Amino acid sequence: MIYFFQQALNAVQLGSVYALIALGYTMVYGVLSMINFAHGDFFMVGAFLCFIGAALWHLAFVPVLLLSMGGVTLLGVATERIAYRPLRNAPKVSAIITSLGVGIFLENFTLGLNPYPKYVPPLLPSLGFNAWGVSVSIFQLSTIGISFGLMFALHLIVNKTKAGLAMRAISADRLIVPLMGVPVDKIIALTFALGSGLGGAAGVMYAMAYPVIDPYIGIIVGWKAFISAVIGGIGNIRGAVLGAYILATVEIMTAAFLPSTYRDLITFSLLLTLLIFRPRGLFGKAEIQKV
Amino acid sequence: MKAKNIAAILASLSMLAGCGKAKTDTVRIGVIAELTGAIPAVGASCRNGAQMAAQEINDAGGIEIGGVKKKVELFIEDSASKPEQAAGVAQKLINRSDVVAIVGPNSSSNALPASEIAEKSGTVLVTPWSTDPKTTLDSKTQQPKKFVFRACFTDTFEGKVLGGFARKELKAGKAAILYDVASDVLKTQAEIFKKSFEENGGRVVAMETYTKGDKDFSSQFTKIKSAGPDLIFLPSYYTDVPLQVQQARRLGIKVPFLGSDAWSSEDLVRMCGADCEGSYLLNHYSPGTTNPVTQKFIAAYKGLYDGAVPDDVAALSYDAFQVLAKSVAMAGTLDRTAVRDALSRIPAYPGVTGTIKYGADSGDPVKGAVILRIKNGGFAWFADVQP
Repeated sequence: MIYFFQQALNAVQLGSVYALIALGYTMVYGVLSMINFAHGDFFMVGAFLCFIGAALWHLAFVPVLLLSMGGVTLLGVATERIAYRPLRNAPKVSAIITSLGVGIFLENFTLGLNPYPKYVPPLLPSLGFNAWGVSVSIFQLSTIGISFGLMFALHLIVNKTKAGLAMRAISADRLIVPLMGVPVDKIIALTFALGSGLGGAAGVMYAMAYPVIDPYIGIIVGWKAFISAVIGGIGNIRGAVLGAYILATVEIMTAAFLPSTYRDLITFSLLLTLLIFRPRGLFGKAEIQKV
Repeated sequence: MKAKNIAAILASLSMLAGCGKAKTDTVRIGVIAELTGAIPAVGASCRNGAQMAAQEINDAGGIEIGGVKKKVELFIEDSASKPEQAAGVAQKLINRSDVVAIVGPNSSSNALPASEIAEKSGTVLVTPWSTDPKTTLDSKTQQPKKFVFRACFTDTFEGKVLGGFARKELKAGKAAILYDVASDVLKTQAEIFKKSFEENGGRVVAMETYTKGDKDFSSQFTKIKSAGPDLIFLPSYYTDVPLQVQQARRLGIKVPFLGSDAWSSEDLVRMCGADCEGSYLLNHYSPGTTNPVTQKFIAAYKGLYDGAVPDDVAALSYDAFQVLAKSVAMAGTLDRTAVRDALSRIPAYPGVTGTIKYGADSGDPVKGAVILRIKNGGFAWFADVQP
């Protein structure tokens, strides 16, 4: 039983990182119906900003977190302005290919600066305690705590503010809402800012939990987060968070109770089965394609 | 006018292509290193070792070919640690740069495809660091490849030695293994370790895997912890090891780790910090040895590269390059097949990483290894092991 709880804690920690990144995918999709494949690399830039803040500038935890979130927010808004906005009325495929291009650019830009994997020094004391036989570290608690905090803040912004209302309105109908005087460009920029900022925070959480980072970390983690968003029903915020915890739990528990070699095989077979029965994900709504 | 332009373009293109005519004013040797990608420290060491060997040969006047001393010219290519790029640059070195022979690539995933190209085009390839038995074997006939050699020992030897060492020297009764299922080399090391450890009377209580790119190993280590091993065998690349060991320690695992030669970059100790202290690894050579050839090499390397201590890749690349240069001198010609024949017959060469000599029809040298222990933030010599 202790073994189970230990593994459950591992799953919640991993799920929290996936959830923060999955939110970025799902928010952009919700508002623009576009998949921003560069998002995993935004997350990678967040982890590298964490490295710069922690190892080169010797900042404390909170300034590093703000640096990463701020830096990645700017990156997200700038990318939207430079790369995506000119293509807003182009075919969807163009924007998706552009986002892949942005991702590859970010990877190789980081690689070009310095190809060596980086070690991020710990920003939090390496404390841990034993709760009824389960080892709990401060890294796990802070990852889970900060993720929950940020997700709650996002929930408030989306559901309780005027900008959030505009965001939900654009998500519901992109043609009519601008006619009502909603500044679409500003709201889309805000969506990118929020999504990227969460990605930046995820970068810091990740660099704390898994302190060796390289320019390719965004690819695999980005995929997993994207898959989480799809399981939950892409475009749906609650769905993305739930999907992230489901994916992490299945991954961890498969490796925990079955041979770890079959982890990805079993995980993705389950997900495919889920998608057969719920093709739009858990919270996704069926859309009628108007011709 | 138009025809003239086309002619001019064609002329400049053929100049770029080098006209396909063999250039014989220098001894052209290719180097394929993993300068970017997953293991950049390995690539940099390989380049450094090869450059240093080339510089020493050139300072001594060069290699005598047909009565004329010729300088060595290096053609360094980056494989980016990608198999397809390794094969691509091998082809480029052979066809475009017109090299006599190639040193590298280092990781087996890169060395395998490059060795196929070298074998097909009849060009000698000496890999400094690829320990996979398959690198020097023909994939169809399982016979040794004719043109592919290595400067290091093989995984079979490594797994066997480590299994025995864990059981006999470290007195471990129960071992756990965690390895990358996507890497042939690491999988072979894990399997042969298991076999050797069990033959020596030990018991493997957990055999867990992960996949390339994984960063979270909490599930596997929680499982290993509940199996209660005395030792964990962890044949992972040096970039994964710090994450794995740190996560294990955070989960409260206190037993020592045993690593393979994939650990052998001092970057590992820098990234892992105190968590890796007391772990063991197998390596091709130890900077702490008293061997005069090795000490001379280390001093020269430090002088050339701002006091950096050469790792095993640097030492093996240097050895690979020197052995190759010796065989070119022995052949006395730039003919690729003659160089191959000379290399296979080379008399025992006292290298930095031990004596190198090849059997009649094998590209694998017979040589020993060292066990190192991580102590005070560095690798310290622990024991010598012989085949």
